[in-house]
Amino acid sequence: MKDPIIQLKGLTKQYGCLKAVDDLNLDVYKGEIFGLLGPNGAGKTTTILMMLGLTDPTSGTACVCGHNATSSPIKVKKKVGYMPDSVGFYDNMTALENLIYIGRLNGVPENELQTRAAGVLEIVGLAADKHKKTSAFSRGMKQRLGLADVLIKNPDVIILDEPTLGIDPTGVRDFLALIKQLSQKQGLTVLLSSHHLHHVQQVCDRVGIFVNGKLLAQGDIGALSGQLFGTDGHITSITVKQAITQPWLLEPELKQWEAIKQITINKNELEFTCSRDITPSLVRLFVEKEYDVIGVHQKNYGLDDIYQKYFESNRTEI
Amino acid sequence: MKSQSDDTRPFSVMVHKEIADHIRSWRFAILIALIVLTFIASMYVSLANIKSAIGNTNDPDHVFLYLKLLTTTDNSIPPFHVFLSFLAPLLGISLGFDAINSEQNSGTLTRLMAQPIYRDNLLLAKFVSALVIVSGLFLALALLMIGGGLVLTGVRMEPQELIRIFGFIVITIAYVAFWLSLSIMLSILFKQAATSALTAIGIWLFFTIFYQIVINVVVKSFLPDPALLSQAQVIYYNDLILNLLRVAPNQLYSDAITTLLMPSVRSLGPVTMEQMAGAIPSPLPFKESVMIVWPQVSGLIASTVGCFALAYFLFMRREIRS
Repeated sequence: MKDPIIQLKGLTKQYGCLKAVDDLNLDVYKGEIFGLLGPNGAGKTTTILMMLGLTDPTSGTACVCGHNATSSPIKVKKKVGYMPDSVGFYDNMTALENLIYIGRLNGVPENELQTRAAGVLEIVGLAADKHKKTSAFSRGMKQRLGLADVLIKNPDVIILDEPTLGIDPTGVRDFLALIKQLSQKQGLTVLLSSHHLHHVQQVCDRVGIFVNGKLLAQGDIGALSGQLFGTDGHITSITVKQAITQPWLLEPELKQWEAIKQITINKNELEFTCSRDITPSLVRLFVEKEYDVIGVHQKNYGLDDIYQKYFESNRTEI
Repeated sequence: MKSQSDDTRPFSVMVHKEIADHIRSWRFAILIALIVLTFIASMYVSLANIKSAIGNTNDPDHVFLYLKLLTTTDNSIPPFHVFLSFLAPLLGISLGFDAINSEQNSGTLTRLMAQPIYRDNLLLAKFVSALVIVSGLFLALALLMIGGGLVLTGVRMEPQELIRIFGFIVITIAYVAFWLSLSIMLSILFKQAATSALTAIGIWLFFTIFYQIVINVVVKSFLPDPALLSQAQVIYYNDLILNLLRVAPNQLYSDAITTLLMPSVRSLGPVTMEQMAGAIPSPLPFKESVMIVWPQVSGLIASTVGCFALAYFLFMRREIRS
């Protein structure tokens, strides 16, 4: 059984009468990439701040790496690297100087400092710019320097708050690939928050959907769609060459299949909603009946649909 | 032993970085230039008048050449210690007014706070680094003055003079420390550096210019006619006014400095004829001067500590987000 490296229990943060985070329970396991997905103002940053002891929870506990983040933040911060959403650097210092300063604050031995700083700059691809002042850095470069800054302390867990905000699409892809690679190579646990579902979908092993301070669902993407769309999760659509005439001869026969819940016919495109995946037997049947199948498409719910669905249901509640 | 060095290391790293930042900043260069210029100007004036000041045998302080260097003037410009009572607040304010809020606005505060350091270490590092620099500056100026005086006049220095000059430096540093801690406190309170700078300068102006006027106006409105009062009552009211004026830190500073630099000053309040009877107008020993200014010095230190404690209170449990 895996032990959770981040364990949030009944975490609540109240600002006046506004509940920013409401009774949050969340476990993140060692070595996984967890995506905290939610719209702006959902309480993602507040949750992260509570995990680092930068703000006190109204009630509940946040346990990170076995330490309570509220009562012993220093121990937590030794193990956790945090990159804030708008990461800033000392403009009058170079990238290397900024890194070395953070390295010193983390107690990295002086004789290792230079090599380690150069090493992490190499990893994030800023080796050529290490003697540039950070005031001249672009947003994407700052973001990468922020990652280097997190890595120099050799953390067990890294927490990235909106790491993809404001970088161009190629930059995002490279950045996410880098995070994935680091997580695999060094066995890092990564928690990243974002409101960009595609970014999260690309790298995260598990996702938690966070709206208005509540964690609505968590799990991998398959599990999420299962949770959300229930048993009618599998949709197979088959396109055939000849037009289907109503009433369709095969329909009564297919209705006998217990797995099929619903059949929608749209000219030459048939959509089957099934309780489990029966695409192969469907295709076999079509071929036997001498239909010219020109396309089979298995519809998986992406994060987009999941996200949309949650927001819709959330909006109607209000 | 090991754990202790682990705890103090981030602090000294932060102090180093802050000192380096201050030294490289334009702001500090300008301040140094300003203070060095006033120092040179007042030294020039006092050197020009030193002969008559030393030759004036009616002045019990005339034997203290080096103290005279700091205090003599021909009234064209104020002496150095009066200049300092204006410039020291400026120095303290300008080194501290953006200590926390500029870090917060540039997004470095969150990053810094995510490192395994104690929060109070950051505040303390900001405070200590500025003080180290200010102490270095004043110490260098004092030593320059002593050395220059030795070279120019060739007069031997009394040990008492050296102690008094160092006392003057220490009190000046304490005075800067007060304004520094006040401005650091304001930099936590206000998000914008400009607001905190303006507020600090406002407080400074209030105490240097308006406070005396306000006290005078208020006291005049309820003070009975002095002609109708007994002597004891006059002294009582006089003390009251003086004590009210001593709420202002610059009053405390100038009281303390005047006593230290002019050894013949015996009292900071009114003295009755009975008390003066039999007193020889001669300089006091250093210890006695210190006894006179001790309340002032402890007042200055207390207000420094008070501001700093308030800064701690505001900062320790605050939510840090950019």
